[in-house]
Amino acid sequence: MNHQSISTPVPERVLILEPGRTEKNYWADLWRYRELFLILAWRDISVRYKQTIIGVVWAILKPFLTMVVFTVVFGRVAKLPSDGNAPYALMVFAAMLPWTLFSNALTESSDSLIGNANLISKVYFPRLIMPTATVITSFIDFLISLVILVGLMIYYRFAPGWNTLFLPLFILLALLASLGPGLWITALNVKYRDFRYVIPFIVQFGLYVSPVGFSSNVIPAKWRLFYSLNPLVGIIDGFRWCILGGETGIYRPGFALSLIIIIFFLWLGISRFRKMEKTFADLI
Amino acid sequence: MSDIVIKAENLGKKYTIGHKAENGRYVTLRDVLMQNARSLWHKTKDLAQGRPIIQGDTLEEVWALKDVSFEIQRGEVVGIIGRNGAGKSTLLKILSRIAEPSAGRVTIKGRVASMLEVGTGFHPELTGRENIYLNGAILGMTRQEIKRKYDEIVAFAEVEKYLDTPVKRYSSGMYVRLAFAVAAHLEPEILLVDEVLAVGDAQFQKKCLGKMGDVAQEGRTVLFVSHNMGAIQRLCKRCIVMGQGSVALDGEVSHAVGHYLESKNTNYQSSWLEVEQAPGNEVVRLRSIRFVGRDGTTCSQFDMRNPIILEINFQVLEAAQLAISVQFISGLDTYIMTSMNNYIEGPWGCQPPYSIGSYRSSCYIPGDLLNEGLLSINLWIYSPPLAPSQSPHVRLLEAVSITIIDSMDPGGARGTFPYEWGLGPAVRPRLRWTTEQVTK
Repeated sequence: MNHQSISTPVPERVLILEPGRTEKNYWADLWRYRELFLILAWRDISVRYKQTIIGVVWAILKPFLTMVVFTVVFGRVAKLPSDGNAPYALMVFAAMLPWTLFSNALTESSDSLIGNANLISKVYFPRLIMPTATVITSFIDFLISLVILVGLMIYYRFAPGWNTLFLPLFILLALLASLGPGLWITALNVKYRDFRYVIPFIVQFGLYVSPVGFSSNVIPAKWRLFYSLNPLVGIIDGFRWCILGGETGIYRPGFALSLIIIIFFLWLGISRFRKMEKTFADLI
Repeated sequence: MSDIVIKAENLGKKYTIGHKAENGRYVTLRDVLMQNARSLWHKTKDLAQGRPIIQGDTLEEVWALKDVSFEIQRGEVVGIIGRNGAGKSTLLKILSRIAEPSAGRVTIKGRVASMLEVGTGFHPELTGRENIYLNGAILGMTRQEIKRKYDEIVAFAEVEKYLDTPVKRYSSGMYVRLAFAVAAHLEPEILLVDEVLAVGDAQFQKKCLGKMGDVAQEGRTVLFVSHNMGAIQRLCKRCIVMGQGSVALDGEVSHAVGHYLESKNTNYQSSWLEVEQAPGNEVVRLRSIRFVGRDGTTCSQFDMRNPIILEINFQVLEAAQLAISVQFISGLDTYIMTSMNNYIEGPWGCQPPYSIGSYRSSCYIPGDLLNEGLLSINLWIYSPPLAPSQSPHVRLLEAVSITIIDSMDPGGARGTFPYEWGLGPAVRPRLRWTTEQVTK
């Protein structure tokens, strides 16, 4: 290190910038910038709730109204069975929560770099902070919707069991599941600006492909494992198990598969992101 | 013992840009189809390999920086000057880790903070207080540091009363003051500054310069990119002149500034052959602008003792009231004066309109008025009674520039004074003096 400066007892950080040099202390650097992460997350949240009361109402109203429609269409019209003895509306809302969390986190994180283009081109910080911080905003929305769930449970006089304790685990899984593809798409988004049009499609498509409006028990047993290729299946099942009670149980091989897919996408997202990270400022 | 904090070795930065190939004399459908198919193939290939898609079918590599090497000692304040596109900003971007170099290597010891633009990351919806914390964090300060410096920042920015107001309601002056205040209280070992002093009123600029001077006094290393030669000369001892992506000169500041001013493109005449491409609009278009001497010849250099004529040819396409304003700017970016064409008589806005046709306006600049150095002009043609900014038909910055030289021959304001007069003053008029003996 720097032997000459006796006056500064703390050895200075020596930074070497070279083309294609992989950051050795990438994760340490990320940790050093944790305050920026918190402050960016705080900024997004406070701006969101400052700007528009409508935004808050919308965060509550959207999953609620979708739940009402799904309950009517799938529960009443199509007469699909609910999970165990849980009311259909409650079952749908228990799935709506992780789905909204996932889709919001995905949408927001994949737009984060473009939305903060002026920061990217003016200041250095580990770029990973940006999409990750925006995920926090969707988490706050999620917490608000959670209040609605509690209201619904009181309305239906439905008492949760001990499984509820596992809920944070599944919340984390939902966030990780959105972060993987989110990072990948955000990196692609910087390069190919029209990539953002893919996201609404994924979100819309995913809503029907995932067991949000119906129980995953209605899927024939032989297709169950294949169905679990969609990582949301594992997460939604987990949520229902936590909120509605243990009777339904979790389809274990399917859950394991969902978990693997989540981890795979997370790895893919981070590695793609890191690869493109250094060229962001040139492209944006 | 040498203590190098920044060491750049053969630094390079490459950008790839695309061109459309020349298509020959006429376009055929087959060519278009082929070309589209080819570019589709290129794009797919780029997409598959994760490279950026570049429009156009011939690619060109442009080196924004090439073979840049220098060393900077701890505590040095180094100015970086150069024309637009010389690579100054690219260099700072690499040093501040925003962009990755394409070649070479930089070794940096210590914490770097950059002020590439004041107010980076300010959010209009947040209050002044919130933005101080946000901006501080973005610039690399910890929460503790910001807390410690908070009162100082607020006092420096003079916005105590408005701390709980969203910054979108701030005047632009307040906004800039707050933004600079946060940046000025950074305490990194190495500070990179790019052109921030171009903002704010004169008094605030002075304050900023003072603050920058303090930072330098505290023994921190500062790299300062600016077009303001005056500021560079006041703050820096050493200066790097960039030219076409490489270091043109690295040395003592007055020498470097002199070199830069000499090399600055002295575009002493401009003319436009095609009316459509000339600066202007459907009312009036500029056709040519140049400096000529007494003998009617145009030149890039004029002796300061001789009168010069600024000749403006313009074409009126639609009858209108017109006025011409010319700003005279010195090489040190000092705004010397404004002059308007002699036409302004009678109440403002009631002048007879120009009829359609070509005109020539000449502005006679007397000898023994301007100091030596670069002189460039900004030109406005507009319609009274509106102000120049409200009705600019022509607005041309640094339209033409010449060098005014001091031949050192006896005469003019100098008389027979044999020493250097200096580039600092913008004017060197020959004033009338009398000296008489009043007592014995």
